[in-house]
Amino acid sequence: MTRGSVVRAVARKDLAVEMGSRVVINQVAPFALVVMVMFAFALDNEGILSRVAPGLVWLATLFSMLVVVQRSFAVESADGALDALRVAGVDPVAIFLGKSVALMVQLFALEVLLVCTAFVLYGVEPSPAGWAEAFVTMVAATVGLGFVGTLYGGLAAGARGRETLLPLLLLPVVAPVLIGATRATEAAFGSGGASVSEGWPWIGLLAVFAVLFGAAGSAAFGPLVDE
Amino acid sequence: MTPTGAHATTGTPATRRLGLVVCVLLVLLVLSGLWWSAEDVVQGSTVRIMYVHVPSIWVAYMAFALTAVCSGAYLSRGTRSVAWDRVAGASAEIGVLFVAVSLVTGSLWGRLTWGTYWVWDARLTSTAFLFITYVGYLAVRRLGGTLRQRARRSAVLALLAVLEIPLVHFSVELWRSLHQEASVANPNAKVEMDGLMLFTLMLGLATFTALFVWLVLHRQRVILLEDTVADRGLDEAIASRRDEAGAR
Repeated sequence: MTRGSVVRAVARKDLAVEMGSRVVINQVAPFALVVMVMFAFALDNEGILSRVAPGLVWLATLFSMLVVVQRSFAVESADGALDALRVAGVDPVAIFLGKSVALMVQLFALEVLLVCTAFVLYGVEPSPAGWAEAFVTMVAATVGLGFVGTLYGGLAAGARGRETLLPLLLLPVVAPVLIGATRATEAAFGSGGASVSEGWPWIGLLAVFAVLFGAAGSAAFGPLVDE
Repeated sequence: MTPTGAHATTGTPATRRLGLVVCVLLVLLVLSGLWWSAEDVVQGSTVRIMYVHVPSIWVAYMAFALTAVCSGAYLSRGTRSVAWDRVAGASAEIGVLFVAVSLVTGSLWGRLTWGTYWVWDARLTSTAFLFITYVGYLAVRRLGGTLRQRARRSAVLALLAVLEIPLVHFSVELWRSLHQEASVANPNAKVEMDGLMLFTLMLGLATFTALFVWLVLHRQRVILLEDTVADRGLDEAIASRRDEAGAR
């Protein structure tokens, strides 16, 4: 089998597990929505809400991501599935990429939901160019988050107390994504009078992040799970 | 040499001599920092915080660099020994301690000089991230599993931190440069320093560096002893199970 087909197989397996269990659809997505509503309760001002909507969308994404990453590796370590994959001689780089792709697909779906929620609840009104920029931002940020989530998820996989450890490890690492994606989305939504063109350098930052952690994850995932 | 036996200690003649040197240097630093050196023209006595603050962050950077080097050494094929991991862990612990010291002294100094404990300055923010990152690293070291698992996991994490920290620093700097017009005070400003003040600062750096070396030497031996105890506990448990099985 080529690496590409292994990547596809691993990604399909993760997504099939999700379609079977529907944890993301039935639990994580509603959780993300509740977070968005809670933000509205906490801030309690429509002007402020539309101004800070981009940051809230990405914070809700990060919180939801923590849950999805836990889930992605709970599935693997529950029955020693990750060990089985390794014993079967499956390329660790392909496992890493496959799981990352599955995570990216789920995250992207969540982000679409969150942006739509912000549109409805927070009253943001992007221009057509703004929608395009928001889309590119979401793609770039999702790729980076998918890589970094899989890498740190794999690091904590199979250890006791990983549920509480993962946020501590992951949140500081994704700070650049939160900064970059929030600023780019602000530009896309025109929050606080930002223009669409201001967002592109931040998307560059997101792309750099994605490339770096894609490379680092491919190099490090093998030694991490090879025990 | 593996220190076993009931009276295993972490000291050697060399570390005791080093410890003595550290004590003398610390006394000198206290005298020089609190009495001999003059007050600053602008900052008054608050400048004395710098004699602790600057050496602390210096030691922290040195500690994290040592952690990264030892982690790289552990992961490279030729030098795979758990000793590297112990030094990496000891160094990171001490690094976290000194980042905390520099954050606390820095915010006290900020309160006196800028009138606030914290400003969202790029350097402060990335130092806070540095602190959290290595607190996470220390948590990963306590995840359990075998020594080799611990060593591998934490080595990978330490090298990822080398990638993460410049990235966080860069993005925080971008974030600040676009969102804050002028800092409350510019900590980068060139300051003309009085000779004795400069001497005290240099003395602080030397003292803290020696202290760091002394602490790392002891701490990595403590880790060795802890690992030995954990190992022996396992051996004893296995032996007692065997005896039980034999008795039946």
